[in-house]
Amino acid sequence: MEKIPASEITPEHLYFTRRQFIAAASAVAAGALLSACGVPSPPPTARPTIAQPSPQASKGVDELGDKLTPFDTITNYNNFYEFSLDKEDVAPRAKDFKTSPWTVQVGGLVNKPRTFGLEDLLKFEQEERIYRLRCVEAWSMVIPWLGFPLSKLLAQVEPQSKAKYVRFETLLDPKQMPGQRDSYFDWPYVEGLRLDEAMHDLTILATGLYGKPLPPQDGAPIRLVVPWKYGFKSIKSIVKIDLVEAMPISFWMESAPNEYGFYANVNPDVSHPRWSQATERRIGEFSRRKTILFNGYADQVAPLYAGMDLRKNF
Amino acid sequence: MLHALRTQWLRVVVHIGAWIPFAVIVWDALTNQLGAEPIRETILRTGKTALILLVLSLACTPANTLFGFKSALKVRRALGLYAFFYALAHATMFIGVDYGFDLALLQGALLERPYALVGAAAFLILLPLALTSTKGWMKRLGRRWTMLHRGVYLAALLVIAHFVWLVKLDVREPLTYGAIVLLLLALRIRLIREGVVRLRAL
Repeated sequence: MEKIPASEITPEHLYFTRRQFIAAASAVAAGALLSACGVPSPPPTARPTIAQPSPQASKGVDELGDKLTPFDTITNYNNFYEFSLDKEDVAPRAKDFKTSPWTVQVGGLVNKPRTFGLEDLLKFEQEERIYRLRCVEAWSMVIPWLGFPLSKLLAQVEPQSKAKYVRFETLLDPKQMPGQRDSYFDWPYVEGLRLDEAMHDLTILATGLYGKPLPPQDGAPIRLVVPWKYGFKSIKSIVKIDLVEAMPISFWMESAPNEYGFYANVNPDVSHPRWSQATERRIGEFSRRKTILFNGYADQVAPLYAGMDLRKNF
Repeated sequence: MLHALRTQWLRVVVHIGAWIPFAVIVWDALTNQLGAEPIRETILRTGKTALILLVLSLACTPANTLFGFKSALKVRRALGLYAFFYALAHATMFIGVDYGFDLALLQGALLERPYALVGAAAFLILLPLALTSTKGWMKRLGRRWTMLHRGVYLAALLVIAHFVWLVKLDVREPLTYGAIVLLLLALRIRLIREGVVRLRAL
């Protein structure tokens, strides 16, 4: 009997996308209804509000009143070296990237190691989070993500007391990711967070944006989003998450240790060794804007770094 | 006309070719094809064009001394001036459009970090060279003109440093330009030049 390749048997995936599409569509419809009824928008709060079904996105601004970056821009201007070094070439090259079946192996110093299928990850309640994304290259966007707090996933695997850091790894598949054939870089892409950063409520695993499943070029099917850190910390297309004792060495730390540190917190006063981080260009705007400490999330995350020298721990 | 074309073809190529990157930028700007960061894109493109033209202008003298390609000398000044004009556009976009002449911001961007500073230094070296590129200044300065214009190599090396420091990680492209500049510089050294000429004569 001929063996049917695993790639042919993916009903879960089909179920999932259909279900997610319906959920997204109803969210959009509900949002439209709400705004059509003239429901007054809630007063801006310092905390990005959970939006279900998405009153924030229908407002089209983040909690600071900054406009959302258009979907087309978010999906056509991407730093994703696995596909191309050219930000505008990532989308066409990632077009046929296969995101199902997909599993994320969660292990290391945990009591209940587990491999999650994408369908398992989508069972976590998906919420909308509107976050600013500040790239280390001094440009920024405002993105309405769909996802869930990483803390919820970590709670399920029960980190042991020895675990101090979380290490993330991107898929290694040079056949699909042409950039990985370039041995100039040290693949696969690796990132890390301190456990308390990983457990912070602002830290999410994103599975979508603008109410739609994540497009490949934005890190499909699941990526990290840490809004107070430079964009490169928000690792894409994750296949492995490990709880570890020692600080992980990230892709960028490995490549240029004196330029890219482990923390990579957005900070206008700590410049990159070669360029200033004092200002940024919000994509779509003409003038530069001043960069804000912790990308505007200082109220929530500054306590994580109390007493730390942010210049040394860049 | 045909005769002129036969003897002047390199000039025609240079004068038309040098305007093409500019025309493409204007076209892309008008048709909204400069991407998500049009200002940055324009700065990058004018900078890259300036570097390429500068490298070509440096290649003219060796092309003549090593290969007897005399017409190259006739386009050397034009290439250098076009390089300067793209550098001027590049600097103007950076200071005037990207930073909107905001002196406080510019001071931070320029003085705090080396890459912009090195670019500015290269530009300040090229400026007097462009101004003294006429026959009149050549005569007036005599031997000092040659000395002054050797500064172009320093400018080129600074431009390479500017390019290397600008990229986030992958320095292969700027280093390739760097290798070309070093090679062209080496070919100006008498011993190496004569060695190459002798090799060719064998």
